[in-house]
Amino acid sequence: MEMSQYLEMFIEESKEHLQACNENLLELEKNPSDLRIVNEIFRSAHTLKGMSATMGYEDTADLTHKMENVLDAIRNEKIVVSTAILDVVFTAVDHLEAMVMDIASGGTGKRDVSATVKDLNAIEKGELAVVDTAEIAATIVEKTNQHSFLTYDEFELTVISQSHEQGFNTYEISVSLREDCLLKAARVFMVFELLEKMGDVIKSSPSVDQLESEQFDTQFHVSLVTNEPADDVQKKLMKVSEVVEVVVHSVTIEQLQSRNNASPVVENENQSQSTSSSNNVAVAQNATNAPTKGVQAGNKTIRVNIERLDILMNLFEELVIDRGRLQSISSELNHSELDETVERMTRISGDLQTIILTMRMVQVETVFNRFPKMVRQLARDLNKKINLEIIGAETELDRTVIDEIGDPLVHLIRNALDHGVERPEIRVANGKPEEGTVVLRAYHSGNHVFIELEDDGAGINRDKVLNKAISKGIVTSEMAATMTDKQVFELIMASGFSTADTISDVSGRGVGLDVVKSTIESLGGFITIDSTEGKGSLFSIQLPLTLSIISVMLVEIEEEMFAIPLSSIIETAIIRSTDILNAHNQKVIDFRGKVVPLVFLDDVFSVPRDEQSDEEFLSVVIVRKGDKMAGLVVDSFVGQQEIVLKSLGNYLSSVFAISGATILGNGKVALIVDCNALIK
Amino acid sequence: MTELKAMDDLKVIVFELMNKEYVIPVSQVQSIEKMMHITRVPRTPSFVKGVINLRGVVTPIIDLRERFNLQASEANEQSRMIMIKLEDMEVGLIVDAANDVLDIPLSAIEPQPEVVGSIESEFIGGVAKLERRLLVMLQLEKVLNPIKQVI
Repeated sequence: MEMSQYLEMFIEESKEHLQACNENLLELEKNPSDLRIVNEIFRSAHTLKGMSATMGYEDTADLTHKMENVLDAIRNEKIVVSTAILDVVFTAVDHLEAMVMDIASGGTGKRDVSATVKDLNAIEKGELAVVDTAEIAATIVEKTNQHSFLTYDEFELTVISQSHEQGFNTYEISVSLREDCLLKAARVFMVFELLEKMGDVIKSSPSVDQLESEQFDTQFHVSLVTNEPADDVQKKLMKVSEVVEVVVHSVTIEQLQSRNNASPVVENENQSQSTSSSNNVAVAQNATNAPTKGVQAGNKTIRVNIERLDILMNLFEELVIDRGRLQSISSELNHSELDETVERMTRISGDLQTIILTMRMVQVETVFNRFPKMVRQLARDLNKKINLEIIGAETELDRTVIDEIGDPLVHLIRNALDHGVERPEIRVANGKPEEGTVVLRAYHSGNHVFIELEDDGAGINRDKVLNKAISKGIVTSEMAATMTDKQVFELIMASGFSTADTISDVSGRGVGLDVVKSTIESLGGFITIDSTEGKGSLFSIQLPLTLSIISVMLVEIEEEMFAIPLSSIIETAIIRSTDILNAHNQKVIDFRGKVVPLVFLDDVFSVPRDEQSDEEFLSVVIVRKGDKMAGLVVDSFVGQQEIVLKSLGNYLSSVFAISGATILGNGKVALIVDCNALIK
Repeated sequence: MTELKAMDDLKVIVFELMNKEYVIPVSQVQSIEKMMHITRVPRTPSFVKGVINLRGVVTPIIDLRERFNLQASEANEQSRMIMIKLEDMEVGLIVDAANDVLDIPLSAIEPQPEVVGSIESEFIGGVAKLERRLLVMLQLEKVLNPIKQVI
């Protein structure tokens, strides 16, 4: 069987299972007595083991197996969950992640995990040695795990017990076929024929019907009542061609009966429950009650390679450009039928755009879910007690934004943990609960997504920040006196600024927060900081829903066309030039009771003018950045349009007040105005 | 034979600037375009003429005359934009004319020219003498680099 076609699926699913392991382990740490969680982890680990063994990644399978043993012991209450044990399991999961990543990047998935394996073994053995009687029980459980593929109803049990009385043996036989076996049904038939000659087949898993229609992988299990010795049975079966392995186990009726009362998980793992015993019904109910991933499987989804979505998006961008071109042509031609068609096309492509954009939406969960583990580790490193709350992980964002937002958030969380939340003893002294709370919140609002990080730590000390900023030459002391709290807080994101007195591993190299700020701004977002000293801080990030296609207002200055993103426009206005007032050498207007400074775009962009014209009326676009406003003076408004955001290329990486470019319907390039840079 | 030739020769594009001939290795050239509408980008050095729409890609354009502090001139029928790609940068260079593709034997290239006229020598990687022609080889890295700090 060619494995490479499954490789992608293997990697994806492994990642999912590892993530599930991580999440559940964290959950387990909070509720160490909840065995349901252990079962969840066990199930993920078990699936992972099976998959990696099938794919031939022995190291992965091996390590998972060791991990599984420990989990099994926990599940059977041989080992009590402790942080030390969880640490080892976490390390094992880390190793597994690294292995899967290695496989994903074309490696072999090999990795030196002997230390972790030793630890796992030690945990398993150490506990087993203490509980002597449990050892036997554990081995039985293990056996049950491997060969518990068959369960029997009462009738079958009666048959078995009766044949035992008559001196027959019962064997459970696992038959494995070669992976490239072509005629599985035929082999099954041959095996069964042999078995029937030797005795009676009581039961098979999967059922005979499924076996005959080849609805099984490469392995199946049968139980046989016969008077032949186990060795003979095995040898005879091995004669069937394409059978690679036959394992024969002798079972007693007591074992079988006790197994029927065994833990439900073992049976849950069994994929085909063809028996109708009351026991199994109970299991089925269990499964529906448990909040397993099975519920999610109900959604009909397919996996699509992200590259294909990107290609689709690029093609659609081309289409949007051509749509713009068509629109401008049709408006020139003034042909009613053409107009109608273009209008229809515009509507349809609008719908198409919505669908493509939602297809590219990813839940922020994909970024958030790595934080709990990180916080746990950091809190331990820093000797702090921290509870991370995540709210709104289901909020969706464009994939391009998701890709970029991870690192800034890591910085912010590290910062909150290191500088924000105080040490437990200080917290207690300040009358706060010993455990600090960090809330990571995501929600939609209008065309934006907000991600907030709130901690109940020390907050920001205004004077400390100002002194530092002055000593670093970021602000002058005169400027410092007039700054608002918000402005002061923003200083901590200036480059070369770090307030921690000692430099720690976690944060405090002074490169973190300014990178955060510039990354977020490059995504078209803002970051604001709110803080009350002694109470905590709130970092709020505002991000656009998508980056590639935006609505803009096109404006004209002389011959040049500029695009202003609608997201920052409040409204447009025509004002009389006599309404312009002067305040501190700055031209302002009184706009709805607010004083709004004017920015003459022709000056800022030094647009070449033939003659200085003194128009009686001025066209003004009122834009905002946070709660500040400005009026951009332009020559005329052209109209609103959907445009595709393009970069100016790497050569012109940072041009003042220009955030990018777009291609208009006429094939010309228009520059996109970065309003944030224009508002001081 | 052909392989040997490829080893010994450097295939270059020849272009003209102020009646002098310059060359760029063909491997760095993406295409040669006729002049088209250039959108000015404000607040950039004067030699950055702006950006063009090159088949859907927004590409910056540099006037090589102004880059070398030569006398500026109006674009005419002969003017061309040589689109080059250097590492991850794609830039177009405006030249007076682009008229030839040549194989220069590596042996004909002399490293450091003594007299280079009005062009600052920092942009020049070497000079090739070919019969009667004097070809100046440009160092594109130098031509394109400093702007990053300028802005």
